[in-house]
Amino acid sequence: MNTVEHKIQNTSPPPPHPLPQGEGDSFDIPSPSRGEGEGGGGSLNLFLRPLFIALWLALLFLPFRGLKAAVILFIILFAAVSLLKAFKNYAGKIKGGLNGDSDHYFINILRIAVEIYGRCPYLEKLPESKARSTVFILLMSVIVLTLPFYGHDYLIDIAVLSGIYIILAQGLNIVVGFTGLLNLGFAAFYAIGAYSYALLNTKLGLGFWASLPLSLMLVTLSGFILAIPALRLRGDYLAIVTLGFGEIVRLVLNNWDSFTKGPNGIGGIGPPHIFGMRISGIGQFYYFVLIFALLAVFVIRRVAASRIGRAWIAIREDEIASSSIGINTTAYKLYSFAFGAFWAGLAGVLFAAKMQFVSPESFTFMESVLVLCMVILGGLGSIPGVILGSIILVMLPEMLREVQLYRMLALGSGLVLLMIFRPQGLMGGKGVSFRG
Amino acid sequence: MYLLEVRDLTKHFGGIRAIDEVWFRAKEGSIMSIIGPNGAGKTTLFNCLTGITRPTKGVISFFDREITRLGRDSIVKLGVARTFQNIRLFREMTVIENVMVSQHCRTRSGLLSAIIRSSSFRDEEKAIREKALEYLELVGLEAYPDTIASSLPYGSQKRLEIAKALATEPRLILLDEPTAGMNPQETGAMMGLIKKLQGLGKTIILIEHDMKVVMGISENIVVLDHGMKIAEGTPSEIKCNPMVIEAYLGKEH
Repeated sequence: MNTVEHKIQNTSPPPPHPLPQGEGDSFDIPSPSRGEGEGGGGSLNLFLRPLFIALWLALLFLPFRGLKAAVILFIILFAAVSLLKAFKNYAGKIKGGLNGDSDHYFINILRIAVEIYGRCPYLEKLPESKARSTVFILLMSVIVLTLPFYGHDYLIDIAVLSGIYIILAQGLNIVVGFTGLLNLGFAAFYAIGAYSYALLNTKLGLGFWASLPLSLMLVTLSGFILAIPALRLRGDYLAIVTLGFGEIVRLVLNNWDSFTKGPNGIGGIGPPHIFGMRISGIGQFYYFVLIFALLAVFVIRRVAASRIGRAWIAIREDEIASSSIGINTTAYKLYSFAFGAFWAGLAGVLFAAKMQFVSPESFTFMESVLVLCMVILGGLGSIPGVILGSIILVMLPEMLREVQLYRMLALGSGLVLLMIFRPQGLMGGKGVSFRG
Repeated sequence: MYLLEVRDLTKHFGGIRAIDEVWFRAKEGSIMSIIGPNGAGKTTLFNCLTGITRPTKGVISFFDREITRLGRDSIVKLGVARTFQNIRLFREMTVIENVMVSQHCRTRSGLLSAIIRSSSFRDEEKAIREKALEYLELVGLEAYPDTIASSLPYGSQKRLEIAKALATEPRLILLDEPTAGMNPQETGAMMGLIKKLQGLGKTIILIEHDMKVVMGISENIVVLDHGMKIAEGTPSEIKCNPMVIEAYLGKEH
């Protein structure tokens, strides 16, 4: 035994390969802690990388608006990115010494906020990191809870949409992020949820609370039905099958005129009621969706940190190895598909209740891709990341409405940059696994 | 009492006979080695035993129960665990999570208890964590529970594989080249660990190329060549078996 311990001690200090996420680092924007130490090389970096980003984007826009616009864009971008980097370094300097392991830009902003607000007596009793997250959570809950009081209807409307997409993206995150099964037809479950509420409500006259469990059961069942043939496949093949499933569902909805009213869609869907109160104002609906979104995050977090979540992550990491420790991989993949579909169905029901109108147009392949982008942008398997990703991808197109035609271009180039500089997503990495 | 009995086991890949009518038995609590030149069918044999490949014909029985056609996870549940020659860890998970997830088939918390965090769920989680630490201590990794598995040094990764196998609470452990790529000191430590597993009442079958290990710890040796069993016996019998010498060194002229 002595020799064993001796050996372990000897071999431990520098792990030969740090973390797989380190692979992206050679191309990464230098983190604050590293940026400081680099000195001369760092300042060159500070200049070159923004130059590269700005130049690339400007060239991308050149064909659309001519040289003048491209040059202006270049200058603006260059200035913006440089400032951003300078700010990042500054933020890193404030807190860098204390907790230099994180290079999240958002966390750095947070650190400054905490530096300013975090001096109240109650917080000083808590450990540094606890205090920081307490302040963050308090701040966020105040902003989120009071939104209908200061935001105008347009903003609240977008926030409601964000809430629905958070539920949808969290559902996809279970399938793609945790279990590692690429699903390109996720909008199908969203559609089934929305249409089942629409049909139950308009054809049978069932209310929201009666339709909800029925719709969710139907969606979960359809998750199972898709999973059974799909789970014999993996990787690209699975992706193609799910894509096909997504298209089939959309085409059925589009062409089954007598039942779904085809491309005209179904209108006049009733809003939900709580204790006899009609949820119709956008402010009321905001809280309604918020409750469901919180429920989704709460439940998914807990499941992810249980043996079920661990089994999903194990399957993603290595399927043969997971079956060799006794995980029934087929059953757990089924489970993952159905559980993911369940949340997509919930999002669909809420969507139908909000819009009071559904049509196949809302459930195209682009919708599946958009949700997948939310998951990837936020970070595969990261619950807070996926929330952030959903909000960004709902908000961004709205904010870019001014530039109409170019917003998809901007979005696209943004995603390209993200994949180059932060392949693990905004908040992914650090291993995707969960510590309960 | 024989824990494992393999009768007439055959596996064909197209025209290639990877394993050809192999018979052997493993006594409970013993250490057995399977040796043979490269391509003799040793790993295929392991794959058949653990349900990764389906044998073409033959019977594998474990505790008088036929397991030939069972799924991988059912075989693990009955008490057969294995390690892999090319290490298969859950690379992005931490060391302790690797061992925790490996207790999967011995735990049963469901979806609902995970959501409401019932007391039975919390007790089980606590027990899983404690047991995981015990297994880590057994293999000598207790100092690194929170290290990401892929950043462990090679030798420790091999140990973690064994901890994972142990966490499934097996009666029979199949080790596929446990000392491959290790230096003599590490090999010595690994032999000690294997002996320790035997002390815990586990039956062990290992595939090994290092003759010092094979001769040093096994009670029984099965020699395969071109998929066929060419010899079986104690280390001293195998050492002077002309068939074995021929398979390894070629025929005398």
